[in-house]
Amino acid sequence: MAQPMGFFTDTTICIGCKACEVACKEWNQLPATNGGRNTLSGDSYDNTRRLDGIHWRHVKFVEQFSQDRRQGRWLMMSDVCKHCVNAGCMEVCPTGAIIRTEFDTVVIQSDACNGCRDCISACPFGVIDINPVSGTAQKCTLCYDRLRVGMQPACSQACPTTSIMFGPIAELKKKAEARVDQLQKAGETGAHLYGADEKILGGLNSFYLLVDKPETYQLPPDPKMPSRNLKPSALWSALGAIVIGVASVISFRNRGSRDA
Amino acid sequence: MPSTFYSAPPHWHWLIVLYFFIGGLAGGCYFLAAVMDLFGGGRHRTVARLGYLVAFPAVVICGALLTLDLTRPERFWHMLLQSATWRPMFKAYSPMSVGAWALLAFGAFSLLSFLGARRETGQWAVLRPPRPLGILISVLGGFFGAFLAGYTGVLLSVTNRPIWADTSLLGLVFLVSGASTSAALLTLLGGSRVASADTGRALARFDRWMLVLELLALVALVASLGVVARAWLDAWGALFALGVVGVGILAPLVLYARTREAAAGHSALAPVLVLVGGLLLRVVVIFSAEGL
Repeated sequence: MAQPMGFFTDTTICIGCKACEVACKEWNQLPATNGGRNTLSGDSYDNTRRLDGIHWRHVKFVEQFSQDRRQGRWLMMSDVCKHCVNAGCMEVCPTGAIIRTEFDTVVIQSDACNGCRDCISACPFGVIDINPVSGTAQKCTLCYDRLRVGMQPACSQACPTTSIMFGPIAELKKKAEARVDQLQKAGETGAHLYGADEKILGGLNSFYLLVDKPETYQLPPDPKMPSRNLKPSALWSALGAIVIGVASVISFRNRGSRDA
Repeated sequence: MPSTFYSAPPHWHWLIVLYFFIGGLAGGCYFLAAVMDLFGGGRHRTVARLGYLVAFPAVVICGALLTLDLTRPERFWHMLLQSATWRPMFKAYSPMSVGAWALLAFGAFSLLSFLGARRETGQWAVLRPPRPLGILISVLGGFFGAFLAGYTGVLLSVTNRPIWADTSLLGLVFLVSGASTSAALLTLLGGSRVASADTGRALARFDRWMLVLELLALVALVASLGVVARAWLDAWGALFALGVVGVGILAPLVLYARTREAAAGHSALAPVLVLVGGLLLRVVVIFSAEGL
C-alpha cells in the first residue's frame, strides 16, 4: 500500500473563493444544480449550502453577526468527505461498493452501488447523497484517478491560498501542528485541529484547523461508528424474541380439553 | 446538539414504511402460525393455515417494495452477489446485508409452507407440521420470520441518524409491534367463527400481552432517547402519543377488556386499531428522523 494520503484544510486562510468547488465539479464532471438553474439560498452568501451527490466540495460560510451588524466575523471552511480511518459508510454498505483504496482513502464504486442509501444515514458528517445523473450514492473520491497517475486532487491544486493542502498524512500532521503553534503564539488561542489524531473515528484523512468549537462549523463534536448500536440492539431484539416466543407458546399450546 | 444531528437523511419514505409494516406482518404471521402448528396439537390449524397463506405473498410484496426503493432497482442482486466477481456478498456487521439474506431465506421457507398449507392432504402436506419435514421448515421459517420482523429496527439504529441511532430499542419495539399486528391480522382474517372459538380467544389474549409489552417498550424507547426525545415535541410526537399509543395500544386494550367482560360477541374494531397503530409507529419513526 502506498502511504496514507489526505487533506489538511487550514480554515484560517480560506477566503471563500470556491475555486475548489469549481475545480472539483469540472474534473469530476458533476452537473450544475437543478439542470443548470441555480437557486439562491436567500439567507447566506453561500448558495451551495451542503455536500451531496453533485457537490463533493462545499465552502461553508459561517456568518456570525450581531443584531446591529456592528460586530461581525466570517469563518470559511472548505468541507469535503473526511475519508475516515474507521468509515461508517463503508461499514454498513451492503453491496461492497464502498472500498478503501491503497491511499487509505474511501471511494464509492459507482458501478457496484445500487442506491440503497444506507451509507447516507451512516455518515456522521452528512457527506454522501444520491447523484441524480448516475442514480448512485456519490461523494469525494479524493481524486482517486488523479492520485493513481501521481497528480494531486483538483481542489487542492486550484486552491489559491493553500488552505487545502494535499500530501502524506504524516507530513500534513507536522505542518498542521506547526501552524497551530504559530497561531497560538500570535494570540489565536482557539486554534486547534479536528480529526488529526485518532480520537475521532480513528483519525480523519481529511482533517481541519479550526478556531472555534466544531459545532460552529457544523461539524459533529463526537461522531461515532454506526456499529456501536449493533450489539445492544441485537441483544434487546433477541430478548424480545424470547419473550414473544414464550408468550406465544403459552397462548397457543395444547392443554387437552381445558378451555383456553 | 448530539452528534447524530449532523448526518443527512437517506430519503427512506413510504416504500420503506410499508416494507417495515408488511415485513413485520409477514414474519409475525408466519411465526405465530408455526407456534400454533408446533405446540397447538392441531387445535389452531385453521388460523395457522391463514398465517402461512399470508406470509408468502406478503414477503413477495416486501421484496418488490425494497427493489423499487433502490435508486438503481436493476441492481437489487448486488445485495447478494458481488457484482464484479459473482461471489456471495455478506457482511455480518451490516444489518442491511444480513437482512437481504434473511429476506431471501424467509422467502424460501414461507414459499414451502405456503405450498404445504394449501391443502390438508396430498403430496404438499409433507411440508407442514406434524410431518417431520414440515416441522423442520416451520422451525427454520419461524426463526427467519422473527428475524425479519425485528432486524429493520436494528438497521435503523445502526446508522448515525437522530432518534434512530440514539436508542438501541427500535429492534425490540418493531418485533413486539410485528407480533401484535400479526395477531390482529390473523384475528381479522379468521372472522367471527374463529373469534369465538379457542383460537380467537388465544389470539386476543396474546395480542393483549403484546400490546402491554409494546407499551412498556415504547416508554423505555422514549426514556432511552434522553434529550433527543425533545425532537418529538412536534407533530410527529403528537402522532406518536395519540396515534401509536392512544389509538394503537390503549384503545384496543380497553376494547379487548370489554369483550372479555361481555364474554360474548366480538368487535373487529380492536384488531383494526392495532394494525393502524402498527403502521403509524413506522410512519412516526421513519418520517420524524427524515425531517431532522
